[in-house]
Amino acid sequence: MENKYAIESNNLSIHYGSYTAVKNVSVKIQPQKITAIIGPSGCGKSTLLRALNRMNDFVPGCHVTGELFLQGQNLYGNQIDPVEVRRKIGMVFQKPNPFPKSIYENIAWGARINGFKGKMDELVEQSLRSAALWDEVKDKLQESAYALSGGQQQRLCIARTIAIQPEIILMDEPASALDPISTLRIEELMQELKKNYTIIIVTHNMQQAARASDFTAMMMIDDNRAGGVIEFDETKKIFTRPSDKRTEDYVTGRFG
Amino acid sequence: MKEETLNLKTLETQSFRQFDLKKKRRTGESIIQTLLFLAGILSIFVTIAIVYELGKEAMLFFNDPDVTLGKFFGTTKWQPGIGQYGIWALVSATLVTSFIAILISLPLGLASAIYLSEYASFKARSILKPILEILAGIPTVVYGYFALLFITPILKSIIGEQLQVYNMLSAGIVMGIMILPLISSMSEDALSAVPRSLREAAYAMGATKVETSLQVVLPAALSGIGAALIIGISRAVGETMIVAVAAGSGPNFSFNPLDAAETMTGHIARISGGDLSYNSIDYTSLFAIALMLFLLTLVLNLISQWIVNRFRERYE
Repeated sequence: MENKYAIESNNLSIHYGSYTAVKNVSVKIQPQKITAIIGPSGCGKSTLLRALNRMNDFVPGCHVTGELFLQGQNLYGNQIDPVEVRRKIGMVFQKPNPFPKSIYENIAWGARINGFKGKMDELVEQSLRSAALWDEVKDKLQESAYALSGGQQQRLCIARTIAIQPEIILMDEPASALDPISTLRIEELMQELKKNYTIIIVTHNMQQAARASDFTAMMMIDDNRAGGVIEFDETKKIFTRPSDKRTEDYVTGRFG
Repeated sequence: MKEETLNLKTLETQSFRQFDLKKKRRTGESIIQTLLFLAGILSIFVTIAIVYELGKEAMLFFNDPDVTLGKFFGTTKWQPGIGQYGIWALVSATLVTSFIAILISLPLGLASAIYLSEYASFKARSILKPILEILAGIPTVVYGYFALLFITPILKSIIGEQLQVYNMLSAGIVMGIMILPLISSMSEDALSAVPRSLREAAYAMGATKVETSLQVVLPAALSGIGAALIIGISRAVGETMIVAVAAGSGPNFSFNPLDAAETMTGHIARISGGDLSYNSIDYTSLFAIALMLFLLTLVLNLISQWIVNRFRERYE
């Protein structure tokens, strides 16, 4: 398989016991672009996102069928170590969840468990700079991460993800708990980060998807309450002339 | 549909609804408030009453012209009947047995708590937890004879003749087993209370299960685990029956766990069981021991509190 795409799914379905939450998703994600996943609540956006770095492994009763390729390796193959998968595909969550450690240690910890042997101070500074947080925290690196504001905490979470040098960064509504200014800063940061990383973001915020992403996957549930990607295209096209009527209704606010 | 909503609106503006914002008497509310207050006060009152009673009787002991604080804290032989007032003879045994108990129960209790909270499947947990809790329901006198008749012979076959029949090691070990479910279940509560989002954060960084459990969840739960440790220590220091049966009867200033020695609680139990004349020096001395025990527990609690505050990691 050629590596034209950052990650590629082939009939990926996610089941909870006998219930199918996400059905037959086949998407090809472009490298170094921002791909947004949108859709109404409960359509399986987050479930799909979490399947991409095998975070669903921790949900009892959850199993995945189909294939998911990262550089030609099927992430749901028998030989795959989920810990290694997560080292290559990082994740930023909806609610900022820094470790209850110092700002410095929040970044150093992940690097250390990933076997980082270089100069830690430099890595911390570089990661914080990449996350546009350095200037705000450089004088209080030893303070608790919980002393930061919500927006700063979220950027710290992005910084610690960058520090382990993943290929792909998944973001699960990273700005939904933040105020508009912090949200804007996260979006600016994403534009900066896509130079080096592939970003996949789940969002409820239609404007955010429209202004911040290059590609958009529209999800919707079918009659059996199974979510699926009904349209996947360039963001411009999805928001101006979508080919599916349901997408049009959703992005113009007539539904959902 | 449209018309209906319009009608409702006009109806609302037309009828001017009356309401009253004056204070109301809520009798049920104040009765419950009073009951809760009394329940809170009761425990404080009982504590004060105990300290007062201990202090009053202990004063009689310390007012005896023969007893000096120098002798009390400065000597190591305890036999008030013949003028020996060295409290260390009893404190040493309490410290040794409690230390052994914590040495056994803290690592084992923590390990089982981590297993139950982070590793065990739902089914394994639902079987193991009740079994662990059975340990907590065994009467301490049974533990005492378990130490004397089961653990001591085993230890004797390992260590040899230096181990006395009554010894602090065996009592301490069994006391540790007794405290184990307490430490384990309190620690497990603390571990389970750590938000899932922290574990997810660690896993999403490529952390393994061990790294997540030991380096993220455990430090975040440290304050709860500290509370478990404090209660465990108090329980060990105050435990009476196990040490009375298995550790020995007779004050002995020794820090060698292979020796027989009597703890503060064991001594109080033995002496007060015999015929003791009211207001004799033997009688009042028991209150001095009890007061000392009270202070010892307090100091140990403060120390562990301080240690925990130093190392714990706060999440919100």
